[in-house]
Amino acid sequence: MEFSVNHPIIFVMVGVIIAAVLAQSIFFLVRAMRRAKELGMESKTLRKTIKTAAIFTIAPAIAIVISVMTLAKDLGLALPWLRLSVIGSLSYETVAAANAVSAMGLTLGQVKSLTASQYITITWVMTLSILVGIWLMPLIGKRIQNGMINIGNKDKKWSEIFTNAMFIGMLSAFLGFVFSDFSTVFSGDWSGLIPVLVMIVSALVMAICGLLVKKIKWIYDYALPLSMILGMLSAIPITNWLS
Amino acid sequence: MKKDQTYLDSVHHYGRIWNLSVLVLFLLFPALLMVIFKTLPDWRGLSLGLLATAPMYWAVAFVEIFTYVPMLGAGGSYLSFVTGNISNLKLPCALNSLEQAGVKANSEEGEVISTISIAVSSIVTTIIIIIGVILIVPLTPILNAPVLAPAFAQLIPALFGGLAVVFISKYWKIAIAPMLLMIILFITIPALNQGTVGIMVPVGVIFTLGVARLMYKKGLI
Repeated sequence: MEFSVNHPIIFVMVGVIIAAVLAQSIFFLVRAMRRAKELGMESKTLRKTIKTAAIFTIAPAIAIVISVMTLAKDLGLALPWLRLSVIGSLSYETVAAANAVSAMGLTLGQVKSLTASQYITITWVMTLSILVGIWLMPLIGKRIQNGMINIGNKDKKWSEIFTNAMFIGMLSAFLGFVFSDFSTVFSGDWSGLIPVLVMIVSALVMAICGLLVKKIKWIYDYALPLSMILGMLSAIPITNWLS
Repeated sequence: MKKDQTYLDSVHHYGRIWNLSVLVLFLLFPALLMVIFKTLPDWRGLSLGLLATAPMYWAVAFVEIFTYVPMLGAGGSYLSFVTGNISNLKLPCALNSLEQAGVKANSEEGEVISTISIAVSSIVTTIIIIIGVILIVPLTPILNAPVLAPAFAQLIPALFGGLAVVFISKYWKIAIAPMLLMIILFITIPALNQGTVGIMVPVGVIFTLGVARLMYKKGLI
C-alpha cells in the first residue's frame, strides 16, 4: 500500500481509537450521574455542572484545534488529531514531535514530505513518550486515593486543608509562570508584562462578577469562562501596545 | 459506608479495565502502521527521539500521578490520564465545577462532580477537535488570523487569573507564601518557562502543603 500522511486507513484507525476514548468518557459520565442520583444530589446541580463544564471547555479546545492545524502542516492531519485528542497536551506534543523530527535530521515546521518509515518513527516516539500516566494510574491510583482517605479518617479538618493546599500550590506554580518573561522589563522590553496584564484583567473580571452576583444570579455560572474570554480578548490590544 | 466503598471500588475496577484496554489500542496504532505499510521505523531516529523526549516526560508523568490524583478524584484521574490536557483544561474545569456545586473535593459528592465535569470536558473537547478536523480548510485562515494570535497565546494567564481570584480570596492565608515564592522563582530563573511549569506544579504543591501544615499546627488556620 502506498504511504501518505493523510492515507484514509490512518484516519480510520485514529477514528476507532478516538471513538473508544469517547466511549470511556460517556461510560464514566453515566455511572457518575447514576451515583449522584443515589446520593440524592439535585438534578439542577448536575445539569449546571454539565452546562458550565461544556461552556468552559470551548475556548481551550479551540486552542487545541489551532495546535492540530500547526502540526498538520508537517505531520498530516490524522496523527495530530489523535495525539491532541488523547493524552498529551498542547506543549508536550509539539516538543515530542520536534524531538522526533529532528532525531531524523529534519526540522519541525519545514517538513515537506515524510516517508512511511519516518512517519512510523515519529508516531512511536510520540506514543511511547507519553504513555506513562495511562498504566501508572491503574497500578497505583487506588493506593494514592486510599492514602487520602486515611488522612480524612484521621483528621477531617486537615484533610480538607490538605486538598485546598494542593489546589493553591498548583495555582501558584501557574501564577509564577505568568511572570516567567517579566525580567525582560528590566532591559526595557515591555513584552514580558503582557501575560501579567492579561492575568490582571481576567482577575478583575472575576472580582466584578463576584460583586455582581447578588444582582445578576446567572453570572455566577459563567464567571470563569467570561473572565477567561475577556482576558484573552484584552491580550489583543495589550500585545499591540507593548510589543 | 459500605455502599460508598462499592462505588469507589467499581470506579477503580472499570478504570483499570478501560485504561489498560486503551493503552493496548494506543500501542496497536504504530504497530499496525508498520504492518500495513510494510515498513520498519528508523531505529537510530527512534532511539535518539526517545532519548530526547521520554526521560523527562516519564519523570513528569510519575510526579503528576501523585500530584493530580488527590485533586482529580478517582474517576476524574482515570479519564484525565487517558484524555490529557490536565493542567490547562481538565483540572481547572473540575475545580470550577466543585466550587459551583458547593461540594468538597474529598467527599463522595466531590468525586462524582469532578468525574462528571471531566467527562463532559473530554467529550466536548473531542467533538470540537472533530469539527476542527472536518472543517480544517475553511477554519484555518480564521483561527490562524494574526489578529487572534495574541488572544490564544495568552490562554493560560487568562484562565488562571480568574481561577486564582476564587481560590486565593478564600484561602489567602495559605496562598501568600507559595505565590510569592513562585513569582520570585519564575522571574529570577530563566530556565523556568512554559516547558518547565509542569515540573514546578509539584514543587508548589509540596511547599504549600508544608506551609499549610505549619499554620494548621500553630492554629493559624
